[in-house]
Amino acid sequence: MPVDSFKFLPRSFRAGFESVGFQAEAPVWSPLATPIGQATVALLTSAGLYLKASQPPFDVEREKREPLWGDSTYRIIPRDVQQDDIAAEHLHLNTRDFLIDFNVALPIAAFSRLEAEGAIGRLADEHYAFMGFQARGAKEWRTRYGPEVVQRLKDAEVEAVVLAPA
Amino acid sequence: MLARTIEEAGIPTVIVTMMPALAEKFRLARIVGVEFPFGHAFGLPNDRAMQLEVARLAVRALSEAKEPGYRLDADIEWPIDTVTAYKDWQPAEASPIVKYNLERRARLEAAEGR
Repeated sequence: MPVDSFKFLPRSFRAGFESVGFQAEAPVWSPLATPIGQATVALLTSAGLYLKASQPPFDVEREKREPLWGDSTYRIIPRDVQQDDIAAEHLHLNTRDFLIDFNVALPIAAFSRLEAEGAIGRLADEHYAFMGFQARGAKEWRTRYGPEVVQRLKDAEVEAVVLAPA
Repeated sequence: MLARTIEEAGIPTVIVTMMPALAEKFRLARIVGVEFPFGHAFGLPNDRAMQLEVARLAVRALSEAKEPGYRLDADIEWPIDTVTAYKDWQPAEASPIVKYNLERRARLEAAEGR
């Protein structure tokens, strides 16, 4: 059965979505240069996770004052992160489960297992957390923070990225 | 959006998403669809078996996709009833944009004398 993209949304959402004619002009594609069993893999989530002891939270206070604005910065989450290190700020989701087990959005445990099995080459040392609500067009993601993360991924010789929008 | 930026820069991506229909509109390279509530792309908290099953699908997508538009849907049913799960993923308080839109609509309706 194909996945129903609207199962957990208000009923009116489907009609609104389907009435919008938006479609990207062209697809994107980069072939996998290394077989996945040898590739370094990094993870990226938009669940608004951050390290509570060392990183600032996503700026939801400004978003409360400016509802059309969303914090476009990102946080680096190391692969050895522990559950107790994690906090989350995201005004569009119930963040409770991230504080129970961040792996629902940033699956470091599962990919560590896949690394041990040899299903992927290596799990990268650094992973990335954004907060998903963005101003229309997400300009800062496209022009600033996306390219910054790309550079970090290249510096870390990451060969594939698994994204989990929240 | 970030998937396009990363893929365009030459790094292959796979997106694991509750909204594969939206990912298709963005014409992303590799899509894994999950029929899970928002915030839970990899499944239930502390359910390592479910999280691993989804992770394996992401790896499969990376290894077998040969052209953009590849989509693989997870055949995993969310084990919590839909009404509960629908309420459960949402924030306790409406988000600023939702409040803003509701207030704007109320103002427009008041201006129209409704």
